Amino acid sequence: MVESRSEAPLDMVQMMVNMGPQHPSTHGVFRMVLGIDGERVVSVDPHIGYLHRGSEKLCEGELYTQIVTLFDRMDYLSNFNNELAFCMAVEKLMALQVPERAEYIRVIMCELNRIASHLMFFGTMGLDTGAITPVLYAFRDRERVQSLFEAVSGARMMHNYIRVGGVKEDLPEDFRQRMAKLMPQLKQGIEEGDRLLSFSEIFLARNKGIGVIDGKTAISYGMSGPALRASGVPMDVRKDEPYSVYNRFDFGIPIGEKGDCWDRYYVRIEEMRQSLRIVEQAMAQMPDGPISTPVRGVLRPPRGEAYARAENPRGEIGVYLVSDGSDKPYRVKVRPPSFCNLVALKYLLRDCYVADCVVILGSLDVVLGEVDR
Amino acid sequence: MLGNLKGLLVTLQTMFRKPVTVQYPKEHLPVASRYMGFPVLMWDKQLEEPFCTGCMVCVRNCPTQCMSAVMKDNPHHAEGKSPRRKIVESFSINLGRCILCGMCVDVCNFDAIEMSHQHELSKYGRNDNRVNLEKLLEAGKKYQEESGSVEAAP
Ligand code: SF4
Ligand code: SF4
Repeated sequence: MVESRSEAPLDMVQMMVNMGPQHPSTHGVFRMVLGIDGERVVSVDPHIGYLHRGSEKLCEGELYTQIVTLFDRMDYLSNFNNELAFCMAVEKLMALQVPERAEYIRVIMCELNRIASHLMFFGTMGLDTGAITPVLYAFRDRERVQSLFEAVSGARMMHNYIRVGGVKEDLPEDFRQRMAKLMPQLKQGIEEGDRLLSFSEIFLARNKGIGVIDGKTAISYGMSGPALRASGVPMDVRKDEPYSVYNRFDFGIPIGEKGDCWDRYYVRIEEMRQSLRIVEQAMAQMPDGPISTPVRGVLRPPRGEAYARAENPRGEIGVYLVSDGSDKPYRVKVRPPSFCNLVALKYLLRDCYVADCVVILGSLDVVLGEVDR
Repeated sequence: MLGNLKGLLVTLQTMFRKPVTVQYPKEHLPVASRYMGFPVLMWDKQLEEPFCTGCMVCVRNCPTQCMSAVMKDNPHHAEGKSPRRKIVESFSINLGRCILCGMCVDVCNFDAIEMSHQHELSKYGRNDNRVNLEKLLEAGKKYQEESGSVEAAP
């Protein structure tokens, strides 16, 4: 008996490991069932839907003005960008002209929001790779942006500030002084963070060459935003199809070389610098004038459909809107950047180590509120 | 050596700085003047009655359907003391459901409702977050005093 046991080949059994939904580094409630062979991941089975609130369906029962609040809650780290995408869709349908000043306010808010969102990414990316300090620095700077938002819109995250036809209120009187103080602080904060984490040897070892995806594959998976640009594809809705007043600013689109985790990280750091440039230019060019087009009564866009796309911090957000001429939309469909980026996860996780799962998922920077909607 | 000294300098600077931490329940950070806390009803000091007429516009525009209002004839109007023909009889908001969106303030034609700076939700009783007209007006008076908000013309 003993002999035959030693002679028989060992059975290879795949072990299933459940990662999430309450795992701290899944950035929300996301569950991956990993099939592992030793240290290697051989299969991955992602489960989403834990944060499903039925936002798209809810939109069909709300007035157009009320839907803005739902869009706030989809991608809760880039609220302004989401509001903008929806408002642009309605404006397209109604052929509304947005006043100049409102466009500039929108751009400034969206770019600051992009910086705040990327700062959050920078902090959590540090956490995912085992660096605790960066998140403290990131939150210090994010807090400054957030308190500016509070002074402008009255809320720290759920702003409901961008409205169809313009914005809710004009900027507060001391906005320029506050910005003059905030900009150098942000600039310094980003440089500090860059020095602290980007070229740290441990961080490089954890990120370089991990989760590589080339441009063509990334496009075929439908990725967009920084995750796609890291693979060397210079695709950015702000440049390709400028919305709002983005065609008036001079800014670059940082791209990566290899499409690994480090590229996805560094593209975002560079993007923060570009966003600061945009904000600076927008502050200098901002004209005076009205801040919204008056819309009489309840919003009733004419029968028809419209599609608006905008560049979120996470990628391209698209809003498809069908109106039947009543005060509520017939259908609202969102193309969520996080969800489309998450699709590539299976490809990225092929043959990686268990420890790298966290880093790869972190580098995609998904917000589960938007994946599940 | 120089690096060490530089590091030490940073440490020294931070040592003599005021602490950043705020001892929360005892101290509060100031909120921005535009801050949107829970909605409150404003009190017309001249006529000694609420601005709200119970017209239900805010109720219909609330995204979460968390409020309700009832209208009645204004007894002050019958006596000739007030230009408001209708006035609010009862009003209730479920603050646990309110998402602080500020929509009610935008749509009110009488500037009768405002977003206060009150933002703490923890209460002792199960239903203490359902506030009625008295509580809303009381909170409104408090907010009017605190913010020194300008009286809206009726
Ligand atoms: S708060 Fe304003 S909108 Fe709401 S019922 Fe009163 S008067 Fe009407
Ligand atoms: S703030 Fe928004 S959710 Fe709250 S009562 Fe007003 S309309 Fe309703």
